[in-house]
Amino acid sequence: MKVNGKDVPLDRSVSLASYLLNAGFDIDKVAVERNGMIETRENYGHTLLNDDDVLEIVWFVGGG
Amino acid sequence: MKIILNGKETDLPFPTTAFALRDNAFAREDIVILNGFQLRKDAALSDGDTLFIIKKDVLPPREQLEAMMAARHTPHVHEKLKNAKVAIAGLGGLGSTIALALARIGVGRLLLVDYDIVEPSNLNRQNYEIADLGRYKTKALKDHIFRINPFIEVKTKTVRIVKEEVTELFSGYEILCEAFDDAGEKAMLVNTALKQLPEIKIVAASGLAGYDSSNLHKAEDEKLVHLRRRYQ
Repeated sequence: MKVNGKDVPLDRSVSLASYLLNAGFDIDKVAVERNGMIETRENYGHTLLNDDDVLEIVWFVGGG
Repeated sequence: MKIILNGKETDLPFPTTAFALRDNAFAREDIVILNGFQLRKDAALSDGDTLFIIKKDVLPPREQLEAMMAARHTPHVHEKLKNAKVAIAGLGGLGSTIALALARIGVGRLLLVDYDIVEPSNLNRQNYEIADLGRYKTKALKDHIFRINPFIEVKTKTVRIVKEEVTELFSGYEILCEAFDDAGEKAMLVNTALKQLPEIKIVAASGLAGYDSSNLHKAEDEKLVHLRRRYQ
């Protein structure tokens, strides 16, 4: 699949939640768009990722 | 020929120049502002011009002030800005600066939301003063705005924004500026607003803290994100 413009191999179908965790993201601090649509946080656990998915992940950093 | 002179429609019986009009009816040292810009050299007047002649070091009358501020904009720009509705969530270094900038340019309706008070540690970067210490940021900032542009409508909500109240707080606003400090709250607000407020445009910020050489910034590191609404 494609994550923030880069090709990322996906060995097996995983949930969005486990992808984010394994990739080191803090689930409480991200906004995720999958194939052009915002994923609600409640859905991260049961959204299964596919090879042809395109993800845009914004990881917020503190400061304001 | 008709012009607007100091906010009033005025008939000029013959062609004349801005300085001739000033010298005739006002004092030579008065400032002349033609269509929003101060004149250094004399200029001929044309039909429809907006001309202000103001005394140095004297506050213009209130009824002329807004017309003078409006005259600085290209026609219709002032109206467009005056009709805009922008909400600002978080009134720290970012939010207080955003609010004042929007107020100065004349954005007509602002909503300021923050639960916190002004503390001494805020003064190194946030738009507050010694006299604001201990006051709610919402109230202090509203007072500052009033002293800069009293012609706009400013609403305040002194609350800590929670997920359940995002929709009610911000519905009806065209633009939402996320100016929180905490990363988790940023994500909460952006996620909730993207999902529940289909029409709103969100401007969010990330990683704007600390200090270093601004030359170290690279385009790829730019953390200001502009999340565009996508429909589901």
